[in-house]
Amino acid sequence: MITKRIIPCLDVRNGRVVKGVNFEGLSDVSSPVELAKYYSDCGADELVFYDITASAEGRAIFTDILCEAARSVFIPLTVGGGINTVDDFDRVLKCGADKVSVNSGAIRIPDLIYEAAKRYGDQCVVISADVKRVDGVFRVFAKGGRENTGMEAISWIKRCVDNGAGEVVLNSIDTDGVKGGFDLEMLEAVCNVVDVPVIASGGAGKISDFTDLFKALPKVDAGLAASIFHFGEVKISDLKAELKNNGIPVRI
Amino acid sequence: MIAIVDYGVGNLFSLESSFAKIGVKVVVTSEESVIRSADKIILPGVGAFGDAAEKLKNSGLGDVVVSEAKAGKPVMGICLGMQLLFEKSYEYGEHEGLGLLKGSVVPMKGVIPEDLKIPHIGWNALDFTSKESKLFRFIKNGDFVYFVHSYFATDCADDVIAYTEYGANLCAAVERDNVFGCQFHPEKSGDVGLEILRGFCEL
Repeated sequence: MITKRIIPCLDVRNGRVVKGVNFEGLSDVSSPVELAKYYSDCGADELVFYDITASAEGRAIFTDILCEAARSVFIPLTVGGGINTVDDFDRVLKCGADKVSVNSGAIRIPDLIYEAAKRYGDQCVVISADVKRVDGVFRVFAKGGRENTGMEAISWIKRCVDNGAGEVVLNSIDTDGVKGGFDLEMLEAVCNVVDVPVIASGGAGKISDFTDLFKALPKVDAGLAASIFHFGEVKISDLKAELKNNGIPVRI
Repeated sequence: MIAIVDYGVGNLFSLESSFAKIGVKVVVTSEESVIRSADKIILPGVGAFGDAAEKLKNSGLGDVVVSEAKAGKPVMGICLGMQLLFEKSYEYGEHEGLGLLKGSVVPMKGVIPEDLKIPHIGWNALDFTSKESKLFRFIKNGDFVYFVHSYFATDCADDVIAYTEYGANLCAAVERDNVFGCQFHPEKSGDVGLEILRGFCEL
């Protein structure tokens, strides 16, 4: 039976892992390569490296780090951040990424997902959506959650999947950093309209948030989190043991 | 020395890195002479069967792999590379494979329950068959490996060394004398995957 995936996310700036609360007030956490190895040893099923650098120099440091991580960690790696062209896909895939996630790039360039999926296959293209409720409607936000695009989120995500995105990371800005649990309502709305894997992101604060997620929404394939893992509040091994106790299939 | 056949499909960085991790020398090559002088051959692959089969045929590398395998050299196909070892595939039409193994590759759609997602992506358990395996001698039944695929090999029961359960028993790995195949990605399957690669390297 296919297992539910637990995915730590590493936000990388200038070669270091950072994590913000509601995307602001970033604080340095650790070395990305060391952290990747640690998570892999602890039983992480996959890793996401998110490049939050804006400069070209930062981008070069990021790809060096990615190569080093891919040489030492043998689980799937997804890379996101600064992906605006098919050449950007090429750049990170050559460094050992298995999947590439697009966010603002897909908002700005409507053909990006289609072009990338055609060249590298659907399984390689992940749509990462930052979504927030505005007057009771789910809206897509761009630029790391700072800019409301005005687009209705659920139909936009469905369109991305129709264009070739093989996986959806749904990050709820409303629950991100709050540590009060995943945004089940928002996740369910997405699960109802797409038939590709959906990864829940934003809001995990404790182990029971993951058991609640997979019990309430069997269609969700994976749970993604950052700070609770980086700061050691939740150990992946403990989390997986608890999921297993609750009858949720995991790789142990 | 192990030759990883480079015929223009997919990225071989992770595969190369995983052999480096277990201390095995590999060369990524599209040269016939290098493949012929290698001790063992890896046939990788991602993407569509038809396109890959055509590239193998047009480059002549498919014939090289077949003749080396028939001469007894160990060959392992990974993911699409495994599917290419079979006689044919029904992925978008009908395409001929290398024919080193009996059987064909068919879509999961219509075979597995409709509520299961396709592709089959993620970590799933290996369910060993009673057939003795050299490839899997360093791992155990029930170990998890990482899959990404929408098609699977069928009519190959005599050669299957492990199935995986995804709404149906899907062929996960095959072995016949010196020919081996993994539907999953050993280079992305953590320590279990590295032990499978070691099993191949130390044949």
